[in-house]
Amino acid sequence: MNLSKKTVLSLRSVALLYLLVLLVLPIGVILYRSFERGFGEFWAWITTPAAISALQLSLLIVAIVVPLNVIFGVLVALALARGKFRGKAALQAAVDLPFAVSPVVVGVALIMLWGVGGWFGGIESLGFRIIFGLPGMVLATTFVTLPFVVREVEPVLHEIGQDQEQAAATLGASAWQTFWRITLPAIRWGLTYGVVLTIARALGEYGAVLMVSSNFPGISQTLTLLVSSRNHDDYNTFGAYAAATLLMLLALVALVVMSLLEATRRRNRDDD
Amino acid sequence: MTINVVGANKRYGDFAALDDVSLEIPDGSLTALLGPSGSGKSTLLRSIAGLDRLDSGLVEINGVDVTYATPQQRDIGFVFQHYAAFKHMTVRENVAFGLKIRKRPAAEVKAKVDDLLEVVGLTGFQTRYPAQLSGGQRQRMALARALAVDPQVLLLDEPFGALDAKVRDELRSWLRRLHDEVHVTTVIVTHDQQEALDIADRIAVLNKGRIEQVGTPADVYDRPETEFVMSFLGSVAKLNGVLVRPHDIRVGRTPELARQGEQTSEEAGVLRAEVERVVYLGFEVRVELKNAATGERFHAQITRGDATALQLAEGDVVYVRATHVPEIAAAK
Amino acid sequence: MRRLINPLRIGVAWLWISLIVLLPIAAITTKAFDHGWSGFWDALTAKNAVSTLVITVWVSLLVTVINVVMGTIIAWVLVRDDFPGKGVVNALIDLPFALPTIVASIVLLSLYGPDSPVGLTLNATQPAIVIALAFVTLPFVVRQVQPVLIELDREVEEAAASLGAPNRVIVAKIIIPTLLPAILSGAGLAFTRAIGEFGSVVLVGGNIPGETQVASQYIQQQLEVDNQVAASAVSVALLAIAFVLLGVMRFVGSRSAKREENE
Repeated sequence: MNLSKKTVLSLRSVALLYLLVLLVLPIGVILYRSFERGFGEFWAWITTPAAISALQLSLLIVAIVVPLNVIFGVLVALALARGKFRGKAALQAAVDLPFAVSPVVVGVALIMLWGVGGWFGGIESLGFRIIFGLPGMVLATTFVTLPFVVREVEPVLHEIGQDQEQAAATLGASAWQTFWRITLPAIRWGLTYGVVLTIARALGEYGAVLMVSSNFPGISQTLTLLVSSRNHDDYNTFGAYAAATLLMLLALVALVVMSLLEATRRRNRDDD
Repeated sequence: MTINVVGANKRYGDFAALDDVSLEIPDGSLTALLGPSGSGKSTLLRSIAGLDRLDSGLVEINGVDVTYATPQQRDIGFVFQHYAAFKHMTVRENVAFGLKIRKRPAAEVKAKVDDLLEVVGLTGFQTRYPAQLSGGQRQRMALARALAVDPQVLLLDEPFGALDAKVRDELRSWLRRLHDEVHVTTVIVTHDQQEALDIADRIAVLNKGRIEQVGTPADVYDRPETEFVMSFLGSVAKLNGVLVRPHDIRVGRTPELARQGEQTSEEAGVLRAEVERVVYLGFEVRVELKNAATGERFHAQITRGDATALQLAEGDVVYVRATHVPEIAAAK
Repeated sequence: MRRLINPLRIGVAWLWISLIVLLPIAAITTKAFDHGWSGFWDALTAKNAVSTLVITVWVSLLVTVINVVMGTIIAWVLVRDDFPGKGVVNALIDLPFALPTIVASIVLLSLYGPDSPVGLTLNATQPAIVIALAFVTLPFVVRQVQPVLIELDREVEEAAASLGAPNRVIVAKIIIPTLLPAILSGAGLAFTRAIGEFGSVVLVGGNIPGETQVASQYIQQQLEVDNQVAASAVSVALLAIAFVLLGVMRFVGSRSAKREENE
């Protein structure tokens, strides 16, 4: 379809203007605000004890959630891609469920399950603090990041088919050897992409973690909770901006990595 | 290493992939499992390999019951239609895979890999990746990989199906020559009757999950036991309901001339037919005929010499006689 | 050994999904009906519950429509147009995916809040919520439409043109119908995300019951005052809306896929 030069330019302008106003402008403003007092102040506010412990907590949660999602995510992907069983569609739908659930609802649901008076509330009496403790935050973050690894690895498993794995079996490889030497290398790009998505999402989770955290500065605040608490509780707008900018820079890094991975995967696929 | 399959059964829901199949494969032979899609030939091969499980029946390799053994335990080599190359490994690593699993010493592995690559004509390709190889090269690598572990039997599932016609022909003869040198009991699945006739010592013809006939290429071609086998192995012409090969039809201008030549033990009658079309196909001439009595259409295949001598034209009335009529057992 | 692995794998998969996802959902659903259907209904028809659901759905619909229009235009420009920096713009679309929602909120607050450099103080108004939701749902329609646009057979357009069809007819009768499933899919995803959105709204919405309080904020509030049943009930309402929508999308999607197969 040949569009007139005028139409082409109009469409382009409309699109770019929208993106400028919606995305670029706000981000530009906050970057400006964060650094208008100089890099020193920015640095000071992201290195306060509260900020550092928030960063540590966020990273700790990521360090727990990522391996869990890798191990179980690959397992679920294998079950879905290789298995033939009744209820497979239900499992598939359940994996996609977290996308449809509001973060606040995630928090409430976890409290209904693990909180005092909840189904597994009895665990509190054993001395395990789930809600208002690290485990609760881990569970919340795992809920929202669950689909990523599965959805990235499953299509790859479908694509490569079972031939290579069967060939390995005929050559004498045990199930574990086949998985380690053949399946895992074959899915490595999909898995990596899923892990990056998981990390980005885990660092950015707010609503669900807010509900299940006791939200004490320096103790049970993640970076995202720090942002809102500084703004809301401390009226420390600048501190909030600084923390937000830090998170934004992390998000940008994630974005760059995602783009690079995507390009590599596309190149690899074309090689076949 | 002989392979023995007894009473193999496998169903997928209502569909019978294998229906009471029994087959003995002699040691050192190259046997083809030949049949159309859905005939069960791949299922049979994969059951021998242990990649598919039988519902019931027995599989023995070299006298050992392997029915419940995993592929790893059966000591087989398997070559897949679409190569199943380990894409993330080099050619050397692919071929060495089985040996590395068996924890052979590095020096032995290197020597064996280089040796095999020479046998399959891929010397110098050690460090390439499968993506950099052509289809034919990938399949030769797959073969080297399968042979690296000195398997008792070599199983190939439509190994040339994904290749161009020319490459297919080349690899076909090459496989036969390789077999003559290496002498491993080999079973090859194919739907291409030319391929089976070309390279196999014995052919097992399958249809709808059952074995229709087992025999040498000459057996199944000249002495088919069922209509299916006859139709599948080559072209057929129907003369008054009797199936014959088009090249076993003698054409003459008079009944006497048609009776000349080889006599069959059973004196097949002479038929009057009308020439509909004469097609010069290069080395052979196809004469499309219509049975004057029944209107049935069939074609005969005669040499150029005969065609020139007869000077056939459209509309001519001729007399045809079958010089060889295979005795087909009652339909199963 | 192999015979054990597959059932074991499937069992562990179910266990994991149940523990992390299904059991919490089951727990909250059960809680919503703690006082039976009447209790559930009462919780949903409480004054502020109704208004929050109405506001949430209304704002989400508005944002979805905005996304359908702008998302399609952006996808078009990214696929059919070319200009310096297009690659960067394309990557930028994913930013709302990667950005923490609370950061989106504070970013919008800095621009539209009391300190606004452009003098536009919108916080605690519905427009602010619309902007926040538009921000976080930006990628959905764009990313659904792009691949379909890329796959679009130009020859079909050329055939139509050669038969005399003007551009607007080609767009209306050829391009839009082909893109429609993807647009609807993206719209469904955007809507589902919008109704449940929390983090990006929190700092700019104002949380005024009856005016700018969205469902997620209402739920949080109910939980804070220990109205677990009310919080659960409204949560289940949100889930139900999302499930119905996704179910419809899946159904429509499989039907259009079947139509594609027959080509």
